[in-house]
Amino acid sequence: MGQVIVITSGKGGVGKTTTCANLGTALALLGNKVVLIDADIGLRNLDVVMGLENRIVYDLVDVTSGICRLKQALIKDKRFNDTLFLLPAAQTKDKTAVSPEQMADLCQRLKEQFDYVLIDSPAGIEQGFQNAIAGADRALIVTTPEISAVRDADRIIGLLEAAEKNSPELIINRLRSSMVRKGDMMDIDDMIDILAIQLLGVVPEDDQIVVSSNKGEPVVLNPDSKAGVAYRNIAGRIMGEDIPLMSLEEENGLFQRLKRFFGWAQ
Amino acid sequence: MLEVLSRVFGKENAASKEIAKERLRLVLVHDRATVSPRFLELIKEEIVEVIANYMEIDEERMEVSLNNMDDAVALVASIPVRKVKRVARPTG
Repeated sequence: MGQVIVITSGKGGVGKTTTCANLGTALALLGNKVVLIDADIGLRNLDVVMGLENRIVYDLVDVTSGICRLKQALIKDKRFNDTLFLLPAAQTKDKTAVSPEQMADLCQRLKEQFDYVLIDSPAGIEQGFQNAIAGADRALIVTTPEISAVRDADRIIGLLEAAEKNSPELIINRLRSSMVRKGDMMDIDDMIDILAIQLLGVVPEDDQIVVSSNKGEPVVLNPDSKAGVAYRNIAGRIMGEDIPLMSLEEENGLFQRLKRFFGWAQ
Repeated sequence: MLEVLSRVFGKENAASKEIAKERLRLVLVHDRATVSPRFLELIKEEIVEVIANYMEIDEERMEVSLNNMDDAVALVASIPVRKVKRVARPTG
């Protein structure tokens, strides 16, 4: 029996979809059978971040309303050998097209076939969020080091507890170590102190994220990306491995790039 | 050499925005037309049904898509024909 993990945040634009795409891809790279569910009905985006937008025939609502069988709606990622799939959101319906009970039932069926079921939650705290968490065994909260995102993360932690989804874990996204060093950005300890939840990982700000979503190739497939390494580490921790936090020293200066080019860097 | 220089200066991905624009353009054609790929699949099935009366086609390689043409959206079908039937007459 697999595990259902919801990736949520409250606030929009903090990197839920990017996180979901990369953790799913990383878990598949590590040998797991993975399915990603885009629960953002009406505003689907996980398909474009994964580069699978041209392969959609059926969607989540088609499955829950019985228009097609579950297997027909799962899009296979051809970069993997039958280990990574996407269940896309409907684009023309709204969030009330699916009920929390239907989502919980869907998750139950999927975790019988997959090691990990990752759900990309919509922003907000309304029905879309309630749908996304309904079948989840575990919740990951994505935040950025900004006051608004951390505030919304705190609200989400409260709502998860109210729904008896206990022990959510935190992913701090887009951390800029140069700003942290200057004291112009909250650091990891500040956020952990405020939110008082377990830290699962920290993803540094990385220009490669934009490039990879331009191309529809998750950044974990790029061995040179620092964010990619961070996502691979988080995937390992999800599997229960004990992986220390990576060093977040900036390595994007010209000198560092020259070093990496000549193979002197790690 | 140019490639080496651009790698050193971190410009190895100068063209990814072009890929993004093209992908975005296609996705938006579908979104704005509120045409789901399933809808296209249905159109495709019906086209196949009609054409099958007249010719044998390669359904595997057949493609139906919506494309942008200047200011309009075009339905473009590419239908490889295996052979034309001798008696081309609709049934019924």
